[in-house]
Amino acid sequence: MSTSRSQALAGGATAVAAPPGPAGPRELLERHFSRLLPLPAVLTIGGLIIFPLAFNLYMSLQTWFVSSTTPPKFVGLANFLEIFGTDVRFWNATWITVKFTGISVTVQLALGMAIALYLHREFVGRGLVRTVMLLPMVSTPAAVALIWVIMFNPTLGILNYFLSQVGIPPLLWLGHPRTVLPSLILMDTWKWTPLMVLILHSGLQSLPLSPFEAARIDGASAVQVFRYITLPLLRPSIAVALIFRTMDSLKTFDTIYVMTEGGPNNASEILNLYTFQTGFKYFHMGYASALAVVLVLFVFAVNLALIRVRERSWSY
Amino acid sequence: MELLMRYGVPRPAARWMAGAAYYAGVAAICVPFVFVFYWMVLGAMKTQVQNTASPPIFLFRPTFENFYKVFVANQFVQYIVNSFTVSGGATLLALLLGLPAAHVIARYRQRGIALGILVARMAPHLSYVVPFFILFQWLGWIDTYAAIILSHLVITLPIVVWVMIGAFEDVPLELEEAARIDGCSRWQVFTRISLPVSRTALATATILSFIFSWNNFLFALILTGPERRTLPVAVFNFMSGDEIDWGGLSAAATLITLPILVLILFVQRHIVQGMTAGGLKE
Repeated sequence: MSTSRSQALAGGATAVAAPPGPAGPRELLERHFSRLLPLPAVLTIGGLIIFPLAFNLYMSLQTWFVSSTTPPKFVGLANFLEIFGTDVRFWNATWITVKFTGISVTVQLALGMAIALYLHREFVGRGLVRTVMLLPMVSTPAAVALIWVIMFNPTLGILNYFLSQVGIPPLLWLGHPRTVLPSLILMDTWKWTPLMVLILHSGLQSLPLSPFEAARIDGASAVQVFRYITLPLLRPSIAVALIFRTMDSLKTFDTIYVMTEGGPNNASEILNLYTFQTGFKYFHMGYASALAVVLVLFVFAVNLALIRVRERSWSY
Repeated sequence: MELLMRYGVPRPAARWMAGAAYYAGVAAICVPFVFVFYWMVLGAMKTQVQNTASPPIFLFRPTFENFYKVFVANQFVQYIVNSFTVSGGATLLALLLGLPAAHVIARYRQRGIALGILVARMAPHLSYVVPFFILFQWLGWIDTYAAIILSHLVITLPIVVWVMIGAFEDVPLELEEAARIDGCSRWQVFTRISLPVSRTALATATILSFIFSWNNFLFALILTGPERRTLPVAVFNFMSGDEIDWGGLSAAATLITLPILVLILFVQRHIVQGMTAGGLKE
Protein backbone atom coordinates (compact mmCIF):
# COMPACT_ATOMS: atom_id res chain seq x y z
CA MET A 1 0.00 0.00 0.00
CA SER A 2 2.80 2.42 0.81
CA THR A 3 4.30 2.09 -2.68
CA SER A 4 1.04 2.80 -4.44
CA ARG A 5 0.65 5.79 -2.18
CA SER A 6 4.07 7.24 -2.94
CA GLN A 7 3.44 6.68 -6.66
CA ALA A 8 0.21 8.55 -6.33
CA LEU A 9 2.12 11.33 -4.62
CA ALA A 10 4.61 11.59 -7.48
CA GLY A 11 1.88 11.32 -10.12
CA GLY A 12 0.01 14.41 -9.05
CA ALA A 13 -2.45 16.01 -11.40
CA THR A 14 -1.75 13.78 -14.36
CA ALA A 15 -3.19 10.85 -12.44
CA VAL A 16 -6.73 12.13 -12.84
CA ALA A 17 -6.65 12.29 -16.62
CA ALA A 18 -4.35 9.32 -17.22
CA PRO A 19 -5.07 7.84 -20.67
CA PRO A 20 -6.04 4.17 -20.82
CA GLY A 21 -2.68 2.57 -21.33
CA PRO A 22 -0.76 -0.24 -19.63
CA ALA A 23 -2.44 0.14 -16.24
CA GLY A 24 -0.37 -0.04 -13.08
CA PRO A 25 -1.94 -0.91 -9.75
CA ARG A 26 -2.55 2.75 -9.06
CA GLU A 27 -4.49 3.35 -12.30
CA LEU A 28 -6.47 0.19 -11.64
CA LEU A 29 -7.39 1.44 -8.19
CA GLU A 30 -8.35 4.82 -9.62
CA ARG A 31 -10.48 3.45 -12.43
CA HIS A 32 -12.36 0.83 -10.45
CA PHE A 33 -12.27 2.81 -7.22
CA SER A 34 -15.89 2.38 -6.15
CA ARG A 35 -15.77 -1.33 -6.86
CA LEU A 36 -12.34 -2.16 -5.47
CA LEU A 37 -12.43 -0.19 -2.26
CA PRO A 38 -15.29 -1.99 -0.52
CA LEU A 39 -14.22 -5.36 -1.90
CA PRO A 40 -12.44 -6.61 1.24
CA ALA A 41 -15.36 -5.62 3.42
CA VAL A 42 -17.86 -7.12 0.99
CA LEU A 43 -15.99 -10.40 1.00
CA THR A 44 -15.73 -10.36 4.77
CA ILE A 45 -19.39 -9.57 5.20
CA GLY A 46 -20.28 -12.17 2.62
CA GLY A 47 -18.21 -14.64 4.56
CA LEU A 48 -19.66 -13.48 7.86
CA ILE A 49 -23.32 -13.49 6.81
CA ILE A 50 -23.69 -15.84 3.89
CA PHE A 51 -21.41 -18.57 5.14
CA PRO A 52 -23.05 -18.98 8.56
CA LEU A 53 -26.59 -18.69 7.19
CA ALA A 54 -25.93 -21.16 4.39
CA PHE A 55 -24.13 -23.50 6.73
CA ASN A 56 -26.99 -23.35 9.22
CA LEU A 57 -29.47 -24.12 6.46
CA TYR A 58 -27.38 -27.10 5.38
CA MET A 59 -26.87 -28.39 8.93
CA SER A 60 -30.51 -27.89 9.80
CA LEU A 61 -31.39 -30.70 7.38
CA GLN A 62 -29.02 -33.13 9.09
CA THR A 63 -28.91 -34.93 12.34
CA TRP A 64 -25.48 -34.90 13.90
CA PHE A 65 -23.97 -35.14 17.35
CA VAL A 66 -20.53 -33.58 17.58
CA SER A 67 -19.27 -36.10 20.06
CA SER A 68 -20.16 -39.14 18.01
CA THR A 69 -17.90 -40.55 15.30
CA THR A 70 -20.72 -40.95 12.78
CA PRO A 71 -20.94 -38.33 10.03
CA PRO A 72 -24.01 -36.05 9.67
CA LYS A 73 -27.05 -37.84 8.29
CA PHE A 74 -29.56 -36.16 5.98
CA VAL A 75 -33.03 -36.10 7.51
CA GLY A 76 -34.84 -33.51 5.38
CA LEU A 77 -37.20 -31.26 7.26
CA ALA A 78 -37.47 -33.60 10.23
CA ASN A 79 -35.79 -31.09 12.58
CA PHE A 80 -38.25 -28.34 11.65
CA LEU A 81 -41.23 -30.68 11.94
CA GLU A 82 -40.06 -31.57 15.41
CA ILE A 83 -39.51 -27.93 16.39
CA PHE A 84 -42.94 -26.75 15.31
CA GLY A 85 -44.78 -29.98 16.05
CA THR A 86 -43.75 -31.58 19.28
CA ASP A 87 -41.03 -29.46 20.85
CA VAL A 88 -42.66 -28.06 23.98
CA ARG A 89 -39.39 -26.57 25.11
CA PHE A 90 -39.15 -24.51 21.90
CA TRP A 91 -42.60 -23.01 22.39
CA ASN A 92 -41.79 -22.29 26.01
CA ALA A 93 -38.59 -20.52 24.93
CA THR A 94 -40.45 -18.51 22.28
CA TRP A 95 -43.02 -17.35 24.81
CA ILE A 96 -40.33 -16.38 27.32
CA THR A 97 -38.44 -14.47 24.61
CA VAL A 98 -41.57 -12.53 23.71
CA LYS A 99 -42.27 -11.77 27.39
CA PHE A 100 -38.69 -10.79 28.16
CA THR A 101 -38.28 -8.48 25.18
CA GLY A 102 -41.81 -7.09 25.27
CA ILE A 103 -41.84 -6.23 28.96
CA SER A 104 -38.28 -4.96 29.27
CA VAL A 105 -38.46 -2.73 26.19
CA THR A 106 -41.81 -1.28 27.26
CA VAL A 107 -40.72 -0.64 30.84
CA GLN A 108 -37.45 0.88 29.67
CA LEU A 109 -39.20 3.15 27.20
CA ALA A 110 -41.68 4.44 29.80
CA LEU A 111 -39.02 4.90 32.47
CA GLY A 112 -36.60 6.40 29.98
CA MET A 113 -39.22 8.88 28.83
CA ALA A 114 -39.99 9.95 32.40
CA ILE A 115 -36.32 10.43 33.26
CA ALA A 116 -35.55 12.23 29.99
CA LEU A 117 -38.40 14.68 30.64
CA TYR A 118 -37.23 15.26 34.19
CA LEU A 119 -33.67 15.96 33.06
CA HIS A 120 -34.83 18.17 30.20
CA ARG A 121 -33.75 21.52 31.59
CA GLU A 122 -30.57 23.43 32.23
CA PHE A 123 -28.76 22.52 35.43
CA VAL A 124 -25.21 22.39 36.71
CA GLY A 125 -23.79 18.86 36.61
CA ARG A 126 -25.64 17.66 33.55
CA GLY A 127 -22.44 16.25 32.06
CA LEU A 128 -21.89 14.21 35.19
CA VAL A 129 -25.38 12.74 34.97
CA ARG A 130 -24.71 11.73 31.37
CA THR A 131 -21.51 9.96 32.39
CA VAL A 132 -23.40 8.12 35.11
CA MET A 133 -25.99 7.05 32.54
CA LEU A 134 -23.32 5.74 30.19
CA LEU A 135 -21.80 3.41 32.78
CA PRO A 136 -24.39 0.62 32.85
CA MET A 137 -24.76 0.40 29.09
CA VAL A 138 -21.08 0.11 28.24
CA SER A 139 -20.16 -2.14 31.15
CA THR A 140 -19.29 -5.77 30.43
CA PRO A 141 -22.57 -7.74 30.62
CA ALA A 142 -21.00 -10.91 32.00
CA ALA A 143 -19.18 -8.97 34.72
CA VAL A 144 -22.08 -6.82 35.94
CA ALA A 145 -24.38 -9.85 35.72
CA LEU A 146 -22.14 -11.53 38.29
CA ILE A 147 -22.42 -8.51 40.58
CA TRP A 148 -26.21 -8.79 40.25
CA VAL A 149 -25.96 -12.47 41.15
CA ILE A 150 -24.25 -11.38 44.37
CA MET A 151 -26.90 -8.73 45.02
CA PHE A 152 -29.74 -11.16 44.27
CA ASN A 153 -28.40 -13.76 46.73
CA PRO A 154 -31.45 -14.84 48.79
CA THR A 155 -29.70 -15.11 52.16
CA LEU A 156 -26.87 -12.58 52.04
CA GLY A 157 -27.72 -10.32 49.10
CA ILE A 158 -28.10 -6.59 49.51
CA LEU A 159 -31.48 -6.48 47.74
CA ASN A 160 -33.20 -8.68 50.30
CA TYR A 161 -31.56 -6.57 53.00
CA PHE A 162 -33.15 -3.45 51.48
CA LEU A 163 -36.49 -5.23 51.31
CA SER A 164 -36.22 -6.25 54.94
CA GLN A 165 -35.56 -2.61 55.91
CA VAL A 166 -38.95 -1.64 54.51
CA GLY A 167 -40.65 -4.67 55.96
CA ILE A 168 -40.99 -6.83 52.85
CA PRO A 169 -40.23 -10.55 53.28
CA PRO A 170 -37.17 -11.80 51.34
CA LEU A 171 -37.52 -13.01 47.75
CA LEU A 172 -35.77 -15.89 46.03
CA TRP A 173 -35.10 -13.67 42.98
CA LEU A 174 -33.24 -15.84 40.44
CA GLY A 175 -33.97 -18.97 42.43
CA HIS A 176 -37.69 -19.30 41.79
CA PRO A 177 -39.50 -19.86 38.46
CA ARG A 178 -42.00 -17.10 39.26
CA THR A 179 -39.50 -14.38 40.17
CA VAL A 180 -36.63 -15.24 37.83
CA LEU A 181 -37.95 -13.43 34.74
CA PRO A 182 -38.90 -10.24 36.62
CA SER A 183 -35.44 -10.28 38.24
CA LEU A 184 -33.73 -10.58 34.86
CA ILE A 185 -35.93 -7.80 33.49
CA LEU A 186 -34.95 -5.65 36.47
CA MET A 187 -31.29 -6.17 35.68
CA ASP A 188 -31.86 -5.50 31.96
CA THR A 189 -33.80 -2.36 32.84
CA TRP A 190 -30.91 -1.16 34.97
CA LYS A 191 -28.50 -1.75 32.10
CA TRP A 192 -30.52 -0.35 29.20
CA THR A 193 -32.87 2.36 30.47
CA PRO A 194 -29.97 4.85 30.17
CA LEU A 195 -29.82 4.30 26.41
CA MET A 196 -33.51 5.20 26.17
CA VAL A 197 -32.93 8.25 28.37
CA LEU A 198 -30.02 9.51 26.29
CA ILE A 199 -31.73 8.96 22.91
CA LEU A 200 -34.96 10.61 24.06
CA HIS A 201 -33.10 13.38 25.86
CA SER A 202 -31.17 14.38 22.75
CA GLY A 203 -34.46 14.13 20.85
CA LEU A 204 -36.10 16.57 23.28
CA GLN A 205 -33.11 18.85 23.00
CA SER A 206 -33.51 19.16 19.23
CA LEU A 207 -37.24 19.98 19.23
CA PRO A 208 -38.30 23.43 17.98
CA LEU A 209 -39.33 25.81 20.76
CA SER A 210 -42.17 27.68 19.05
CA PRO A 211 -44.94 25.03 19.46
CA PHE A 212 -44.24 24.92 23.19
CA GLU A 213 -44.39 28.69 23.55
CA ALA A 214 -47.63 28.81 21.59
CA ALA A 215 -49.14 26.13 23.81
CA ARG A 216 -48.11 28.00 26.95
CA ILE A 217 -49.69 31.19 25.71
CA ASP A 218 -52.86 29.26 24.93
CA GLY A 219 -52.82 27.95 28.49
CA ALA A 220 -52.30 24.26 27.77
CA SER A 221 -51.66 22.03 30.79
CA ALA A 222 -48.43 20.06 31.15
CA VAL A 223 -50.24 16.82 30.32
CA GLN A 224 -51.78 18.36 27.22
CA VAL A 225 -48.40 19.67 26.07
CA PHE A 226 -46.88 16.24 26.49
CA ARG A 227 -49.76 14.41 24.80
CA TYR A 228 -50.30 16.72 21.84
CA ILE A 229 -46.92 18.35 21.22
CA THR A 230 -43.98 16.51 22.79
CA LEU A 231 -45.09 12.98 21.95
CA PRO A 232 -45.87 13.55 18.24
CA LEU A 233 -42.74 15.62 17.67
CA LEU A 234 -40.61 13.07 19.47
CA ARG A 235 -41.90 10.17 17.37
CA PRO A 236 -38.69 9.75 15.30
CA SER A 237 -36.56 9.47 18.45
CA ILE A 238 -39.00 7.04 20.03
CA ALA A 239 -38.92 4.91 16.89
CA VAL A 240 -35.13 4.79 16.91
CA ALA A 241 -35.02 3.94 20.61
CA LEU A 242 -37.60 1.18 20.19
CA ILE A 243 -36.00 -0.38 17.13
CA PHE A 244 -32.48 -0.45 18.53
CA ARG A 245 -33.57 -1.73 21.92
CA THR A 246 -35.72 -4.47 20.42
CA MET A 247 -32.92 -5.49 18.07
CA ASP A 248 -30.47 -5.82 20.93
CA SER A 249 -32.93 -7.30 23.40
CA LEU A 250 -33.57 -10.18 21.01
CA LYS A 251 -29.80 -10.79 21.02
CA THR A 252 -29.55 -11.03 24.82
CA PHE A 253 -27.47 -13.99 25.88
CA ASP A 254 -24.53 -13.16 28.15
CA THR A 255 -26.43 -11.86 31.14
CA ILE A 256 -29.03 -14.61 31.26
CA TYR A 257 -26.48 -17.36 30.65
CA VAL A 258 -24.30 -16.04 33.46
CA MET A 259 -27.15 -15.48 35.92
CA THR A 260 -29.40 -18.50 35.42
CA GLU A 261 -28.33 -20.63 32.43
CA GLY A 262 -32.03 -20.60 31.58
CA GLY A 263 -33.21 -22.02 34.90
CA PRO A 264 -34.81 -22.76 37.24
CA ASN A 265 -37.01 -25.24 35.38
CA ASN A 266 -36.28 -23.46 32.07
CA ALA A 267 -38.27 -20.51 33.39
CA SER A 268 -35.78 -18.03 31.92
CA GLU A 269 -34.77 -19.99 28.84
CA ILE A 270 -35.09 -17.57 25.93
CA LEU A 271 -34.56 -18.85 22.37
CA ASN A 272 -30.89 -17.86 22.38
CA LEU A 273 -30.30 -19.96 25.49
CA TYR A 274 -32.23 -22.95 24.14
CA THR A 275 -30.26 -22.89 20.87
CA PHE A 276 -27.01 -22.68 22.81
CA GLN A 277 -27.88 -25.54 25.16
CA THR A 278 -28.95 -27.74 22.25
CA GLY A 279 -25.67 -27.19 20.46
CA PHE A 280 -23.15 -26.97 23.25
CA LYS A 281 -24.64 -28.89 26.14
CA TYR A 282 -26.29 -31.75 24.25
CA PHE A 283 -24.06 -31.35 21.15
CA HIS A 284 -27.05 -31.88 18.90
CA MET A 285 -25.67 -29.70 16.08
CA GLY A 286 -28.26 -30.40 13.40
CA TYR A 287 -31.12 -29.49 15.69
CA ALA A 288 -29.28 -26.43 17.02
CA SER A 289 -28.78 -25.22 13.43
CA ALA A 290 -32.48 -25.66 12.72
CA LEU A 291 -33.25 -23.64 15.86
CA ALA A 292 -30.78 -20.97 14.72
CA VAL A 293 -32.54 -20.74 11.35
CA VAL A 294 -35.90 -20.29 13.06
CA LEU A 295 -34.37 -17.76 15.45
CA VAL A 296 -32.91 -15.66 12.61
CA LEU A 297 -36.22 -15.69 10.73
CA PHE A 298 -38.07 -14.70 13.92
CA VAL A 299 -35.68 -11.83 14.69
CA PHE A 300 -35.72 -10.53 11.11
CA ALA A 301 -39.50 -10.68 10.99
CA VAL A 302 -39.82 -8.62 14.18
CA ASN A 303 -37.21 -6.08 13.12
CA LEU A 304 -38.59 -5.67 9.61
CA ALA A 305 -42.08 -5.20 11.00
CA LEU A 306 -40.80 -2.46 13.31
CA ILE A 307 -38.88 -0.74 10.52
CA ARG A 308 -41.97 -0.95 8.27
CA VAL A 309 -44.20 0.60 10.92
CA ARG A 310 -41.66 3.33 11.45
CA GLU A 311 -41.43 4.13 7.73
CA ARG A 312 -45.20 4.34 7.47
CA SER A 313 -45.60 6.67 10.43
CA TRP A 314 -42.55 8.61 9.26
CA SER A 315 -44.38 10.55 6.55
CA TYR A 316 -47.29 11.77 8.55
CA MET B 1 -42.19 27.08 43.78
CA GLU B 2 -45.49 28.92 43.35
CA LEU B 3 -46.99 26.52 45.84
CA LEU B 4 -44.35 27.32 48.46
CA MET B 5 -44.83 31.04 47.95
CA ARG B 6 -48.57 30.69 48.40
CA TYR B 7 -47.83 29.31 51.87
CA GLY B 8 -45.83 32.40 52.71
CA VAL B 9 -42.30 31.21 51.94
CA PRO B 10 -40.32 34.24 50.70
CA ARG B 11 -39.24 34.13 47.04
CA PRO B 12 -35.46 33.51 47.39
CA ALA B 13 -36.03 30.74 49.93
CA ALA B 14 -38.72 29.20 47.74
CA ARG B 15 -36.40 29.26 44.74
CA TRP B 16 -33.64 27.65 46.77
CA MET B 17 -35.96 24.93 48.05
CA ALA B 18 -37.28 24.16 44.58
CA GLY B 19 -33.73 23.89 43.28
CA ALA B 20 -32.74 21.59 46.11
CA ALA B 21 -35.80 19.41 45.47
CA TYR B 22 -34.87 19.18 41.80
CA TYR B 23 -31.33 18.07 42.64
CA ALA B 24 -32.68 15.52 45.10
CA GLY B 25 -34.69 14.09 42.22
CA VAL B 26 -31.63 13.96 39.97
CA ALA B 27 -29.71 12.19 42.71
CA ALA B 28 -32.53 9.70 43.21
CA ILE B 29 -32.40 8.90 39.48
CA CYS B 30 -28.64 8.43 39.49
CA VAL B 31 -28.26 6.37 42.66
CA PRO B 32 -29.50 3.00 41.33
CA PHE B 33 -27.25 3.22 38.27
CA VAL B 34 -24.18 3.99 40.34
CA PHE B 35 -24.98 1.68 43.24
CA VAL B 36 -24.15 -1.53 41.38
CA PHE B 37 -20.65 -0.26 40.61
CA TYR B 38 -20.24 1.03 44.15
CA TRP B 39 -21.19 -2.39 45.50
CA MET B 40 -18.80 -4.05 43.07
CA VAL B 41 -15.81 -1.95 44.19
CA LEU B 42 -16.80 -2.34 47.84
CA GLY B 43 -17.03 -6.11 47.44
CA ALA B 44 -13.62 -6.17 45.81
CA MET B 45 -12.12 -4.57 48.93
CA LYS B 46 -13.76 -6.81 51.52
CA THR B 47 -12.63 -10.13 52.93
CA GLN B 48 -14.80 -13.20 52.34
CA VAL B 49 -16.11 -12.95 55.92
CA GLN B 50 -17.10 -9.30 55.44
CA ASN B 51 -18.66 -10.09 52.07
CA THR B 52 -20.89 -12.78 53.48
CA ALA B 53 -21.82 -10.87 56.63
CA SER B 54 -25.47 -10.35 57.44
CA PRO B 55 -26.57 -7.57 57.61
CA PRO B 56 -24.26 -6.23 54.87
CA ILE B 57 -21.28 -4.11 55.98
CA PHE B 58 -20.80 -0.64 54.53
CA LEU B 59 -17.86 0.57 56.63
CA PHE B 60 -14.71 -1.50 56.97
CA ARG B 61 -10.97 -1.38 56.50
CA PRO B 62 -10.34 -1.97 52.78
CA THR B 63 -8.05 -4.78 51.71
CA PHE B 64 -6.33 -5.27 48.36
CA GLU B 65 -5.91 -8.97 49.04
CA ASN B 66 -8.56 -9.86 46.42
CA PHE B 67 -6.77 -8.09 43.59
CA TYR B 68 -3.54 -9.75 44.59
CA LYS B 69 -5.27 -13.15 44.63
CA VAL B 70 -6.83 -12.59 41.22
CA PHE B 71 -3.49 -11.80 39.65
CA VAL B 72 -1.48 -14.55 41.27
CA ALA B 73 -3.84 -17.48 41.30
CA ASN B 74 -5.61 -17.25 38.00
CA GLN B 75 -3.32 -16.49 35.06
CA PHE B 76 -5.18 -13.23 34.98
CA VAL B 77 -2.30 -11.42 33.32
CA GLN B 78 -2.59 -13.82 30.39
CA TYR B 79 -6.33 -13.14 30.12
CA ILE B 80 -5.76 -9.39 30.17
CA VAL B 81 -3.22 -9.75 27.37
CA ASN B 82 -5.69 -11.96 25.48
CA SER B 83 -8.51 -9.47 25.83
CA PHE B 84 -6.40 -6.54 24.66
CA THR B 85 -5.06 -8.54 21.71
CA VAL B 86 -8.48 -9.77 20.62
CA SER B 87 -10.30 -6.44 20.97
CA GLY B 88 -7.38 -4.51 19.49
CA GLY B 89 -7.00 -6.95 16.61
CA ALA B 90 -10.70 -7.13 15.81
CA THR B 91 -10.97 -3.34 15.92
CA LEU B 92 -7.92 -2.77 13.75
CA LEU B 93 -9.12 -5.31 11.19
CA ALA B 94 -12.59 -3.75 11.17
CA LEU B 95 -11.06 -0.32 10.54
CA LEU B 96 -8.90 -1.60 7.69
CA LEU B 97 -11.84 -3.34 6.04
CA GLY B 98 -14.62 -1.00 7.07
CA LEU B 99 -13.25 2.50 6.47
CA PRO B 100 -12.79 2.17 2.68
CA ALA B 101 -16.14 0.41 2.43
CA ALA B 102 -17.93 3.11 4.42
CA HIS B 103 -16.36 5.83 2.27
CA VAL B 104 -17.56 4.20 -0.92
CA ILE B 105 -21.03 3.51 0.48
CA ALA B 106 -21.34 7.14 1.55
CA ARG B 107 -19.99 8.65 -1.68
CA TYR B 108 -21.10 6.23 -4.38
CA ARG B 109 -24.46 5.24 -2.85
CA GLN B 110 -23.81 1.52 -2.64
CA ARG B 111 -26.84 0.71 -0.52
CA GLY B 112 -26.62 -3.04 -1.03
CA ILE B 113 -23.50 -3.28 1.08
CA ALA B 114 -25.04 -1.11 3.77
CA LEU B 115 -28.04 -3.43 3.89
CA GLY B 116 -25.78 -6.46 4.22
CA ILE B 117 -24.12 -4.86 7.21
CA LEU B 118 -27.47 -4.06 8.77
CA VAL B 119 -28.35 -7.75 8.46
CA ALA B 120 -25.11 -8.61 10.22
CA ARG B 121 -26.04 -6.11 12.96
CA MET B 122 -29.47 -7.66 13.48
CA ALA B 123 -28.60 -11.35 13.35
CA PRO B 124 -28.38 -12.92 16.82
CA HIS B 125 -24.88 -14.10 17.59
CA LEU B 126 -26.29 -17.51 18.32
CA SER B 127 -26.79 -18.02 14.59
CA TYR B 128 -23.05 -17.66 14.04
CA VAL B 129 -21.91 -19.90 16.80
CA VAL B 130 -22.61 -23.34 15.35
CA PRO B 131 -21.06 -22.65 11.92
CA PHE B 132 -18.03 -20.91 13.46
CA PHE B 133 -17.49 -23.71 15.94
CA ILE B 134 -17.60 -26.41 13.28
CA LEU B 135 -15.46 -24.39 10.84
CA PHE B 136 -12.75 -23.53 13.35
CA GLN B 137 -12.82 -27.03 14.80
CA TRP B 138 -12.20 -28.35 11.30
CA LEU B 139 -9.39 -25.87 10.71
CA GLY B 140 -7.88 -26.72 14.07
CA TRP B 141 -8.16 -23.07 15.12
CA ILE B 142 -10.07 -23.51 18.36
CA ASP B 143 -8.30 -21.61 21.16
CA THR B 144 -6.27 -19.44 18.76
CA TYR B 145 -6.26 -15.68 18.32
CA ALA B 146 -7.21 -16.07 14.63
CA ALA B 147 -10.53 -17.76 15.39
CA ILE B 148 -11.64 -15.38 18.11
CA ILE B 149 -10.54 -12.23 16.27
CA LEU B 150 -12.30 -13.29 13.07
CA SER B 151 -15.48 -14.08 14.97
CA HIS B 152 -15.38 -10.67 16.66
CA LEU B 153 -15.54 -9.02 13.23
CA VAL B 154 -19.25 -9.83 13.41
CA ILE B 155 -19.37 -7.23 16.20
CA THR B 156 -16.77 -4.67 15.16
CA LEU B 157 -17.28 -4.37 11.40
CA PRO B 158 -20.95 -3.27 11.52
CA ILE B 159 -20.11 -0.67 14.17
CA VAL B 160 -17.24 0.82 12.18
CA VAL B 161 -19.12 0.84 8.89
CA TRP B 162 -22.38 2.29 10.24
CA VAL B 163 -20.73 5.02 12.28
CA MET B 164 -18.43 5.99 9.43
CA ILE B 165 -21.08 6.02 6.68
CA GLY B 166 -22.79 8.82 8.55
CA ALA B 167 -19.54 10.68 9.12
CA PHE B 168 -18.34 10.38 5.52
CA GLU B 169 -21.70 11.57 4.23
CA ASP B 170 -21.26 14.72 6.31
CA VAL B 171 -17.91 15.59 4.72
CA PRO B 172 -18.68 18.60 2.48
CA LEU B 173 -18.72 17.51 -1.13
CA GLU B 174 -17.12 20.80 -2.22
CA LEU B 175 -14.08 19.95 -0.13
CA GLU B 176 -13.58 16.65 -1.93
CA GLU B 177 -14.21 18.20 -5.33
CA ALA B 178 -11.68 20.94 -4.63
CA ALA B 179 -9.13 18.28 -3.73
CA ARG B 180 -9.86 16.42 -6.96
CA ILE B 181 -9.36 19.58 -9.00
CA ASP B 182 -6.09 20.20 -7.20
CA GLY B 183 -4.91 16.84 -8.45
CA CYS B 184 -5.66 14.37 -5.67
CA SER B 185 -6.48 10.87 -6.76
CA ARG B 186 -9.66 9.36 -5.36
CA TRP B 187 -7.60 7.35 -2.93
CA GLN B 188 -5.90 10.52 -1.72
CA VAL B 189 -9.25 12.25 -1.32
CA PHE B 190 -10.15 9.40 0.98
CA THR B 191 -6.95 9.33 3.04
CA ARG B 192 -6.18 13.07 3.14
CA ILE B 193 -9.59 14.70 3.19
CA SER B 194 -12.36 12.36 4.31
CA LEU B 195 -10.46 10.58 7.07
CA PRO B 196 -8.91 13.61 8.80
CA VAL B 197 -12.16 15.59 8.60
CA SER B 198 -14.05 12.69 10.23
CA ARG B 199 -11.61 12.08 13.03
CA THR B 200 -14.14 12.50 15.84
CA ALA B 201 -16.34 9.83 14.33
CA LEU B 202 -13.26 7.72 13.74
CA ALA B 203 -12.44 7.90 17.45
CA THR B 204 -16.02 7.03 18.36
CA ALA B 205 -16.10 4.07 15.97
CA THR B 206 -12.76 2.79 17.25
CA ILE B 207 -13.68 3.05 20.90
CA LEU B 208 -17.18 1.61 20.50
CA SER B 209 -15.88 -1.27 18.46
CA PHE B 210 -13.19 -1.95 21.06
CA ILE B 211 -15.66 -1.83 23.95
CA PHE B 212 -18.19 -4.16 22.35
CA SER B 213 -15.50 -6.62 21.40
CA TRP B 214 -14.07 -6.37 24.91
CA ASN B 215 -17.50 -7.05 26.40
CA ASN B 216 -18.36 -10.05 24.26
CA PHE B 217 -18.71 -13.30 26.12
CA LEU B 218 -20.37 -15.78 23.76
CA PHE B 219 -17.70 -16.20 21.07
CA ALA B 220 -14.90 -16.62 23.59
CA LEU B 221 -17.02 -19.08 25.55
CA ILE B 222 -17.29 -21.35 22.52
CA LEU B 223 -14.10 -20.71 20.57
CA THR B 224 -11.44 -20.47 23.28
CA GLY B 225 -9.97 -22.78 25.84
CA PRO B 226 -7.55 -22.11 28.67
CA GLU B 227 -4.94 -20.45 26.39
CA ARG B 228 -6.83 -17.67 24.63
CA ARG B 229 -9.74 -17.15 26.99
CA THR B 230 -10.80 -13.50 27.27
CA LEU B 231 -11.65 -11.66 30.49
CA PRO B 232 -15.47 -12.02 30.53
CA VAL B 233 -15.16 -15.82 30.34
CA ALA B 234 -12.31 -15.83 32.85
CA VAL B 235 -14.44 -13.88 35.33
CA PHE B 236 -17.37 -16.20 34.78
CA ASN B 237 -15.18 -19.10 35.84
CA PHE B 238 -15.00 -17.56 39.32
CA MET B 239 -18.58 -18.77 39.68
CA SER B 240 -17.65 -22.42 39.52
CA GLY B 241 -16.53 -24.26 42.61
CA ASP B 242 -18.36 -25.04 45.83
CA GLU B 243 -18.16 -21.67 47.48
CA ILE B 244 -18.27 -18.49 45.40
CA ASP B 245 -15.33 -16.22 46.13
CA TRP B 246 -17.29 -12.96 46.32
CA GLY B 247 -14.25 -10.75 46.80
CA GLY B 248 -12.29 -12.31 43.95
CA LEU B 249 -15.31 -12.10 41.69
CA SER B 250 -15.85 -8.44 42.48
CA ALA B 251 -12.16 -7.66 42.05
CA ALA B 252 -12.09 -9.35 38.65
CA ALA B 253 -15.27 -7.56 37.58
CA THR B 254 -13.75 -4.25 38.68
CA LEU B 255 -10.62 -4.92 36.64
CA ILE B 256 -12.65 -5.64 33.49
CA THR B 257 -14.66 -2.45 33.88
CA LEU B 258 -11.71 -0.10 34.39
CA PRO B 259 -10.43 0.10 30.78
CA ILE B 260 -13.96 0.81 29.54
CA LEU B 261 -14.34 3.67 32.01
CA VAL B 262 -11.14 5.24 30.78
CA LEU B 263 -12.19 4.86 27.14
CA ILE B 264 -15.68 6.35 27.43
CA LEU B 265 -14.34 9.48 29.09
CA PHE B 266 -12.83 10.42 25.72
CA VAL B 267 -15.92 10.12 23.58
CA GLN B 268 -18.86 10.19 25.95
CA ARG B 269 -20.60 12.93 23.98
CA HIS B 270 -20.71 10.74 20.88
CA ILE B 271 -21.37 7.28 22.26
CA VAL B 272 -25.15 7.25 21.93
CA GLN B 273 -24.91 8.75 18.46
CA GLY B 274 -22.53 5.95 17.55
CA MET B 275 -24.66 3.22 19.07
CA THR B 276 -27.68 4.27 17.05
CA ALA B 277 -25.72 5.07 13.88
CA GLY B 278 -27.83 4.61 10.79
CA GLY B 279 -30.99 5.07 12.79
CA LEU B 280 -31.38 8.81 12.79
CA LYS B 281 -30.73 9.45 9.12
CA GLU B 282 -32.00 8.29 5.71
